[in-house]
Amino acid sequence: MSTATLEPRVHAPRNYLNADYGWKSWLFTLDHKRIALLYLVSITFFFIIGGSFAVLMRIQLVEPQGALVQPETYNKLFTLHGVVMIFFFLIPSIPAVLGNFLVPLMVGARDLAFPKLNLLSWYIYIVGGMFTLYSAIAGGVDTGWTFYTPYSSTYSNTQVTAVAIGVFITGFSSILTGLNFIVTIHKMRAPGLTWFRLPLFIWATYATSIIMVLGTPVLAITIFLLALEHLFHVGIFSPALGGDPLLFQHLFWFYSHPAVYIMILPAMGVVSEIIACFARKRIFGYKIVAFSSVAIAVLGFLVWGHHMFVTGQSVYAGLIFSLLSFLVAIPSAVKVFNWTATLYKGSISFDAPMLYAMGFIGLFTMGGLTGLFLASLATDVHLNGTYFVVAHFHYIMVGGAVMGYLGGIHFWWPKISGRKYPNGWAALAAAIIFIGFNLTFFPQFVLGYLGMPRRYAFYPAEFQFLNVMSSAGATILGVGYLIPLIYLIWSMRYGPVAEPNPWGATGLEWQTPSPPPTENFAEIPVVTEEAYAYDEQEAAHE
Amino acid sequence: MSDVESPLQPDHVGLAHQFEDLDQQQQSDELGIWLFLVTEIMFFGGLFASYAIYRSFYFAAFEGGSHILDARIGAVNTMVLLGSSLTMALSVRSAQTGNRRALVLFLIATMILGGVFLGVKAYEYNQKFVEHVVPGLDWAPQGEVLAHLAPGGVQHAQLYFIFYFAMTGLHAIHMVIGMGLLLWLVLRGRKGSFTPQYFAPVEVVGLYWHFVDIVWIFLFPLLYLIGGRY
Amino acid sequence: MSQLIVPQKTYIYVFLSLIGLTALTTGVAYVDLGPFNTMVALAIAFSKMMLVILFFMNVRHSGGLVRIVIVAAFFWFALLMAFTMSDYRTRSWTPAPDSWSSAPPTHP
Repeated sequence: MSTATLEPRVHAPRNYLNADYGWKSWLFTLDHKRIALLYLVSITFFFIIGGSFAVLMRIQLVEPQGALVQPETYNKLFTLHGVVMIFFFLIPSIPAVLGNFLVPLMVGARDLAFPKLNLLSWYIYIVGGMFTLYSAIAGGVDTGWTFYTPYSSTYSNTQVTAVAIGVFITGFSSILTGLNFIVTIHKMRAPGLTWFRLPLFIWATYATSIIMVLGTPVLAITIFLLALEHLFHVGIFSPALGGDPLLFQHLFWFYSHPAVYIMILPAMGVVSEIIACFARKRIFGYKIVAFSSVAIAVLGFLVWGHHMFVTGQSVYAGLIFSLLSFLVAIPSAVKVFNWTATLYKGSISFDAPMLYAMGFIGLFTMGGLTGLFLASLATDVHLNGTYFVVAHFHYIMVGGAVMGYLGGIHFWWPKISGRKYPNGWAALAAAIIFIGFNLTFFPQFVLGYLGMPRRYAFYPAEFQFLNVMSSAGATILGVGYLIPLIYLIWSMRYGPVAEPNPWGATGLEWQTPSPPPTENFAEIPVVTEEAYAYDEQEAAHE
Repeated sequence: MSDVESPLQPDHVGLAHQFEDLDQQQQSDELGIWLFLVTEIMFFGGLFASYAIYRSFYFAAFEGGSHILDARIGAVNTMVLLGSSLTMALSVRSAQTGNRRALVLFLIATMILGGVFLGVKAYEYNQKFVEHVVPGLDWAPQGEVLAHLAPGGVQHAQLYFIFYFAMTGLHAIHMVIGMGLLLWLVLRGRKGSFTPQYFAPVEVVGLYWHFVDIVWIFLFPLLYLIGGRY
Repeated sequence: MSQLIVPQKTYIYVFLSLIGLTALTTGVAYVDLGPFNTMVALAIAFSKMMLVILFFMNVRHSGGLVRIVIVAAFFWFALLMAFTMSDYRTRSWTPAPDSWSSAPPTHP
């Protein structure tokens, strides 16, 4: 990369960033690319908030009888960490930032189908976030992000209603985003862009959108009923009236399990794009990978009972859910095999995005495999409610989804900002994140197996060594996250100007300038090639 | 905010800049509203599923609760709402044929019928307060009402009424939103915003209105006609 | 949302059918059919829904994608109901004690 120079902005060609100035042009924009940046700033803000709660938790857990916070406060920390990270960071992250930016570009459209709904979805997200922040400031919530009844509905005296309203509102943001993507992908593809010529990121986004549209409303009604119970002291889930607390869990997990696929599918889409580009090869088994995304979306709706194996669910229902949970692992495994096969005999370069993608494959595989221990009824009895579960889902959500998100940000940053970042620092940050992540969460697998319960502010003294290791890892991880924040912002002013296709990647988004003009393309492109036509590209250069 | 020299000048009133032609826009609008209705089906679906589970376990209590409701009022109200669906469909048809006056009049008729429905529901809700069968706010069934509820268990009957209020209440909220949308259409319709080539908002609101009607088509027998009245 | 203009009469006939079905379902409720009361009521409601969907919402003239979307929505609702109900229906298959102190019943 070239040395840092202050590139004169004043002579930059007209693009979506300089098309108009002033706060109104951002807050009232209908341009999907600007809306993507609005989301980028917002989710980064919430990531910092959610991360701060985690930092406090890890500091508390350095000592077996930690004195940083009271147990009641600790309960509020893990609750809000979960709520903020899941609903306000992970679920929007790739779809609302990368999806919003890239979907119209990748399908060759000028914008999403419903630009006003797109802006509305961001405002809805912000309003929901405000309610949640209020609930944190006004005393917090101590029910766990899972809001199990009857504690959340009847007995807790914390800000349950406020956070319930916040999550309820934000759900609509998700729904509108998914709806927008489905219509855009169906109806606005450029001429010649058939379904099987679409980038796999689009297939992944499409599958994610199906989940958003079908699943999120059930969360909405669940929260509605919870709020009803909390506010009016009635008892739909109350045993005193003949109600069943497990009904809440059924309704809650009907959404919240597919929600984890909302978090991982887009990251898988990103990884497909990166692997193809940095191995300079078509993705092995394109159609299989595309169908596996849809298969995960569908099967993901049939496994929710695996969160309820030990709460009183029927054993027979548990058997079915266990079997289906094993089945849903198959399409994910298929993807890992196909990515690996793509790498074989590829021409591999280790730029930052590729480091994140390869980290994803390893960490996601570990997270996925450990999910199988939890999917087995017998082992889940021992492991449920322990740190094993915590480690499992953090391997997938952080080792998987967040790495995928960061990989995507690094891959498309030149397109989004028109600038390049220093690859040395980016590679260093990726390495620090990888090491910090494993140091934080691998000990937690061991802790869980040894029996340390999750959501506890104190623990037996013999677990201290592993806890200290985990907290040390968290510090390193935090440093790792800080570094890209710095150089990416730096690059917007001082980074070398990016050409339209700095990576030599295939895909319509790379056929337009970096950053793109507001209308995306001077002329709507006509597609004649298959996806990932790297062979043709190579042949053309010879 | 947009460029004056943008290459996106619509060649037809009502064509949004992101679409190539009106046909693409229309198909997108149609798919969009149906996807939204899918979310509504899943939203009410969670409620219906919960209702079904409790009804299957506490049938006698639900039956008792249902007998407190006046099925004749419910039936008439159902017919009122069906009538509003008819006027809504006729309004869309008037938009198709370019009959502005009929379009607006049918929309107003839809609003009137919707208003009647909501008025009747308000009366019914008031009755529940009179009979003291409002969970959480006024639950003290007595006399003849208590006699209906006692066989199935008064506590379990409370569950029935929670669902009664939750389901009809959510439905009513959707109706109110629909009335707002209808008013918006009336105002735009009177200005002449809709032509036979462009009347998507009317169709979209129409689909929403019919959906809300379908929810009631199921609510009526499920809440008012449990077990029979013989 | 096709450009086909449906005759007014069609809408009116559909409306009258809906009214008739409403009267029917109300009337049947006053007859003792045992467990069939519920089934008949649901069948009538389903028919009314189909009339509204096909005629008022014009799905009769809609493309395949819209139909798939509608079917998918109901299918997903059915999944939610079926899987949740399967838990409740099969809980009694495994004997569970009534309280902490009593022994579990031996008969499932």
